[in-house]
Amino acid sequence: MNTETMNPAREEKEHPKKKGVRWPVWSTLGLLLVLLPFILEKGVSSYYLFLTVKVLIWVLFATSFNLVLGYGGMMSLGHAAFFGIGAYTCALLLVKASCPPVLAMLAGPLAAAIAGMIAAFFSVRVQGAFYFATITIAFCQLAYTAAFKWRSLTFGDDGVQGIPVPAFISTEASYINLYFFALAVTVLCLYVVWRIVKSPYGLLLRALKEDPVRATFIGMKGQQYRFIAFVTSAFFAGIAGVLYAFLETSVAPDILSWTFSGEVVLMSVLGGMNLFLGPAVGAAIMILLSSFVTSYMKYWLFTMGTILILIVLFCPKGVGGLVLDKYRAWTKGE
Amino acid sequence: MTAFDSLLFAQFVSGLSRAMILFIMASGLTLVFGVARVINFAHGSFYMVGAYLAYTSTFLLAGPFGFWAAFLIVPILTSILGGVVEVALLRRIYEKEHLLQMLLTFGLVFVFSDAVRMIWGVDLRMVSLPSYMAGSVNLLGHQFPAYHLFIISLGGAIAIVMWLMLNRTKFGKLIRGAAEHREMVGLLGYPANRLFTIVFMMATFLGGLAGAAIAPAVRISLGMDTEIIAECFTVAIIGGLGNVWGALLGALIAGMMYSFGILVLPNYAMAFIFILGGIIIVVRPNGLLGKSSQIKV
Repeated sequence: MNTETMNPAREEKEHPKKKGVRWPVWSTLGLLLVLLPFILEKGVSSYYLFLTVKVLIWVLFATSFNLVLGYGGMMSLGHAAFFGIGAYTCALLLVKASCPPVLAMLAGPLAAAIAGMIAAFFSVRVQGAFYFATITIAFCQLAYTAAFKWRSLTFGDDGVQGIPVPAFISTEASYINLYFFALAVTVLCLYVVWRIVKSPYGLLLRALKEDPVRATFIGMKGQQYRFIAFVTSAFFAGIAGVLYAFLETSVAPDILSWTFSGEVVLMSVLGGMNLFLGPAVGAAIMILLSSFVTSYMKYWLFTMGTILILIVLFCPKGVGGLVLDKYRAWTKGE
Repeated sequence: MTAFDSLLFAQFVSGLSRAMILFIMASGLTLVFGVARVINFAHGSFYMVGAYLAYTSTFLLAGPFGFWAAFLIVPILTSILGGVVEVALLRRIYEKEHLLQMLLTFGLVFVFSDAVRMIWGVDLRMVSLPSYMAGSVNLLGHQFPAYHLFIISLGGAIAIVMWLMLNRTKFGKLIRGAAEHREMVGLLGYPANRLFTIVFMMATFLGGLAGAAIAPAVRISLGMDTEIIAECFTVAIIGGLGNVWGALLGALIAGMMYSFGILVLPNYAMAFIFILGGIIIVVRPNGLLGKSSQIKV
């Protein structure tokens, strides 16, 4: 079991040096992740700790999303719905029903998974990136409309304010407890997703993405496999949503709009959607860059759009893919 | 006629005018898809830019003709912008996978949205109608906003021009040919690149026109780009992607569902079309008027 507990920390920064690096490196990284919040809070400012937690949440969201995009080959623009439904369910249960925190936390991802089942029921039958994108956008718009207009349940465009954060991860004095909670959850979830994509099922899913016709001819149940991937992804997106609700202590309908899904797509593509940790790298770059850019100017969307266009035109494998290629060329040259 | 009849008739006219805006938009989207097989997420951005440009041009060109000049100037400007985008960016990705094409145009949505914010700021803008357009006219014993009737006639005129262009000109024949068999048009010696550029400019012309037409009827704001594009996609899919008449049919359905839906469930009228779109994609993925050959995206 000892190695098992080390494993999650390994996943965190494993890429791009998959082989040849031994446990000292991973234990150093693990130690760093443990010390990081103390260094940030004492040495820099608690804002950076807040930002680090945000990175963790988006790392989880982007990785779960990439199960659908990178491994399943499905261009979903509706993942904001699952993130948002997770956040809203947890927030509303805490604020309106005074539900026990643990139950609310579990209800978030479950609700997201159920929403994922509904969306997947329609969308996995569809062939073609554009049709898939449209049907998921339509689903996202429905969720957005509900959050926006169903005032009696969701508080409409005011959003849910003042979400009571459970005491053990309270953020009133410091973000350290929430950091460790988010770190544990994210690492655990990434480990589970890692096991899924490396399992025979994960390989089948990729085969299905590479050549759907052939995969179907050799007897694979394409719709069923895609359905499972979609729902799993929605579940993990819901977990990220719950963490988001605790970090921000408020949720607004904006997180359900389909352009919000666009950000997670961008992260996956930026980091490299064909690599397991690509989206995580993309998420970290985007969150840190966004904080950096917005402190100098207000045109963050412009920056983001430009990055997306440049990536598509010049670096479709993403930053992770680029680094990996360089690394492989370098080790071969040695 | 009873008051209820009158209400239904009023909803019919307002639904029709909404449908015409959607048709002008969706026909451009579907035309580009038919010829170049590219889905343009940024189509709504041209619509938003069109609305803001209409604001500026009516502001600069005050006087009796200022309002009408916008209908001429704005689409030309958006179409030039579209031409630049096509030549500089889209042309590089026609051969790439659809996912990357979608991402590129998605990036454009962000860029345009902030560019509009830089130029026009975050304030809501309004275009006021000339006095003779602001009133209502009497039709079959009912009063209707004159501007609704104008939008309806504009949409009708576009439909007729589009029909004539597609069926009575050589260029239209090329467009239909490219939609059926893209490579063949190139093999016959027609410059495919130029065809794509022209079609994209036509589409962005229509996008700008729709923006200019909607400008006096709404508050012009940031966010009108992504609002309309989701609806446009759904309309184009309901009708059958790549099919201009499908776009017309889809737009009419969407307009009517909205204006009558608002009588039944005012808060959720917007959602009906997305539910229908979801059903159509599953039951009849080629759309109501689409052919099966058009589905392979």
